[in-house]
Formats: sequence, C-alpha cells, structure tokens
Amino acid sequence: MIDDSKPIFMQIAELIENDIFSGVLAEEGQVPSTNEFAAFYRINPATAAKGINKLVEEGLLYKKRGIGMFVAQGAPERLRQKRRQKFNDQYVQPLAAEAGKLGIEVEELMDMIKSAQPIIDVGPGGSHHV
Amino acid sequence: MSEQTPVLVRNVSKTFKDVKALDDVNLQLDSHKIYGLLGRNGAGKTTLMSILTGQGFPDAGEVKVFGHTPFEHDGTLSRICFIRESQKYPDEYKAFQAFKAAALFFENWDEQLAQELIADFNLPLKRKIKKLSRGQLSAVGVVIGLASRAEVTFFDEPYLGLDAVARQIFYDRLVEDFALYPRTIVLSSHLIDEVANLLEHVIIIDSGRIVMDEDAESLQGAAVTISGKAEVVDEFVADYPVIHRDSLGALASVSIQQRLTPAQQTEAKELGLDLSPLSLQQLVVRTAMGRNVLASHQDQAKERTSWNA
Repeated sequence: MIDDSKPIFMQIAELIENDIFSGVLAEEGQVPSTNEFAAFYRINPATAAKGINKLVEEGLLYKKRGIGMFVAQGAPERLRQKRRQKFNDQYVQPLAAEAGKLGIEVEELMDMIKSAQPIIDVGPGGSHHV
Repeated sequence: MSEQTPVLVRNVSKTFKDVKALDDVNLQLDSHKIYGLLGRNGAGKTTLMSILTGQGFPDAGEVKVFGHTPFEHDGTLSRICFIRESQKYPDEYKAFQAFKAAALFFENWDEQLAQELIADFNLPLKRKIKKLSRGQLSAVGVVIGLASRAEVTFFDEPYLGLDAVARQIFYDRLVEDFALYPRTIVLSSHLIDEVANLLEHVIIIDSGRIVMDEDAESLQGAAVTISGKAEVVDEFVADYPVIHRDSLGALASVSIQQRLTPAQQTEAKELGLDLSPLSLQQLVVRTAMGRNVLASHQDQAKERTSWNA
C-alpha cells in the first residue's frame, strides 16, 4: 500500500482522499485518529499527522476540539473538481502523446474514446467489468 | 533546550587499539522522534550508543544527555534505556526477576504494558534467562525497552532470533505506545525495509563517521534507479549525482540521488527509460558501499557549480 515513490505523508493524504471521494468516509463522518492511522499503516505517528494536517489545510477535514477529525461538508465535490483539473495532465496529455507515437489520427482516437462510452457511463468502478 | 534536544554529541571520537570506532561524531537527538541508526557491522553504532548511555567513554569530545554527562549522573541513567543486541543478565536470573529489576530502575516503568507484552511474546517467566532461546532473550529486551518508557530508548538490533510474527508484534506495539507516550527512540537495525516507515529521522554511520543525517521524509523518493539503453541512461543522468552504476551488455542501470520532477519523469519515459525509486535499504547500501563514489560525484558537482558560476 505504501511504496517508496514519494513521501509517506503524501501517500497517506492520498489514501484518505480516495476514501473521501469514494464515500468510504462520509461527509461529516468521523475519520480515524492519527494514532489509528499510524498503527494501521505501521508508520510513524508524526508522518500520519502530517498527512492528515495536509487535508485539514486543504479544508477537506476539520477538527472538533476534544472529539476528533471529521470530513468537511462538500469535500467529495471539492475533490472531484480537483481531480477534473488534474485529468488533462494525468490522462489526456499522455494519451495524446502515446497516440502520436503510434500514428493514431485524432479522428481514430475520438472513435476509440466513443467506443469506450459504455464504460464511461457506468462510472467509477464500472470499468473493471469489461 | 534539553527538553527539545535530550541528546547532544559534540566532536566525539573513540579508538579501540588501532581501530577508529568513532571519528569526530556530531549529532543531536530531539524529543518525540523515532530515529534509525543504520550502518554496517563495525560501523560504530553500538560504540556510539554505549557512550550515549554512560556505558562507555569517549576519547575526545563531549556527550550531554538531558544536559548532563550520562555516566556521572544517576538521575539521567534512569531516564535512558539501552537494550543491547546480546544483553547480559545475571547468571541465575529468571525472566521475572529481570523485569522486577527493570521496574525498580526505570522511573517511568509501566507494569501493565510489561504484562501485555509478556503475554504477546508468550514468555516463560519462571525459566532462567540463560535457558531461554535466542528469540525469547530478544523478547525480554523488547519488553524491558518498551515498558521502561524511558525518555530516550536505544534498541540495538533488538530482533535477533525473533520470527516475522514476533517482529511485527514489536513494531506494532512500538508505534502504538510511541503514539500514546512520545519519546526519543533509536532503532539500530539491519532489517531496514521492515522499519523504514516507522522512522522519522535516519542517521547512517560508516567507519565511525556520520555519512547521512536526514529526515526520513526527505529520503523518500530522493533517489531513483534509471535503467535502459546504456548510452541513453548515461546521457540522462549526466547532470545528476550518481550513487551506483551497473551495466549488462548494452543496458545500464544507474542510481542517482535526485528527486525527479513529473516533467523529468515523463521525459525519461519518453526516452524509453525505466524508473524505480530506491528503498531506504537500497539507499543505505548504496551510500555505505559507494561512499567514495558519492564523494567523487560531490566533487564533480562542485566543479559543475563552479562552471555555472
């Protein structure tokens, strides 16, 4: 789950983001404590705290003093916006670059995307069943 | 100051006959952090920990623990715990007697935690310690080290003879208890990959010298191995500090100490190169083995800087 590619606190933040986005952690729902994250992922508690604080700074989580950490109202939607912005860099650009290398014309590429439409319509998770 | 920096080491050297065990070591350990003290056998790890815990003397330099020289100060010693790789106990001691002695000595001793750990490791309390297996002996040390809750705790290769399950119990209990009772913990270990994620700070010692003293976070992804066609690889890495190079026919695999930006990663992939991050263990191996290589590349880096200037 945790790898060597980037700082662990960023990976922790991403894992929590995924859970917020997919609804595993519900809006206004309580999230596990720093120490619980540390124990679960077997990482240094300071690292877990740093990952969580990153999400607090981004307004995705908020603290209730003495009670714990909660998912902010509207957090999944905000993540969706953030991911849509990254979508071009992360997927479209590499797709276009690879298509260029393979000599796939724009028209052909569009057809390919259109033929993937049923998967797109099914939404998250649906693509696994192809 | 001593609250923030319980351990200070200034210019410490130690020589055994003709072997320089520690060579002008400077170091500080902060409170509430887990440190990894890593290095090869004979690098000086145990010597350093012995001096920090008042069980050895430096030939030169100064050590302060909670503001005092450790071997001269009783009040300091009960706040430090050092679990040696082959910890010796009095010959006739049974396990429970060792725990009783530890309970009297360490001011923060937690008996409940000790009992839980004894149950975790399934330790036979009434058996003489010298009759215990290697793994059980290590478990005795782990129990004392954790239950002491000492403000500064050193574990020197604490896992000898412990199987994978028992080691996992140790790591889990360590994280759990550290989270509740933060303190300074120094783990000296060869099984670097197992402890890498637990460490907040990494100190690498080689031939008595500190060769790396960095936050673990800054080491994550800080080095990468690039492999592919030798000439393409070599051109790509030309401007980066190389810590290791392997080649096989027309292929080369080069590790560089450089965090690549997403753009650089994309560029590498477009050139048909494979990228894989170095684990902490690989980085330690490369750093300890390739120190001369690293040094020469640092010289090259300096030259480059002067060209640029």
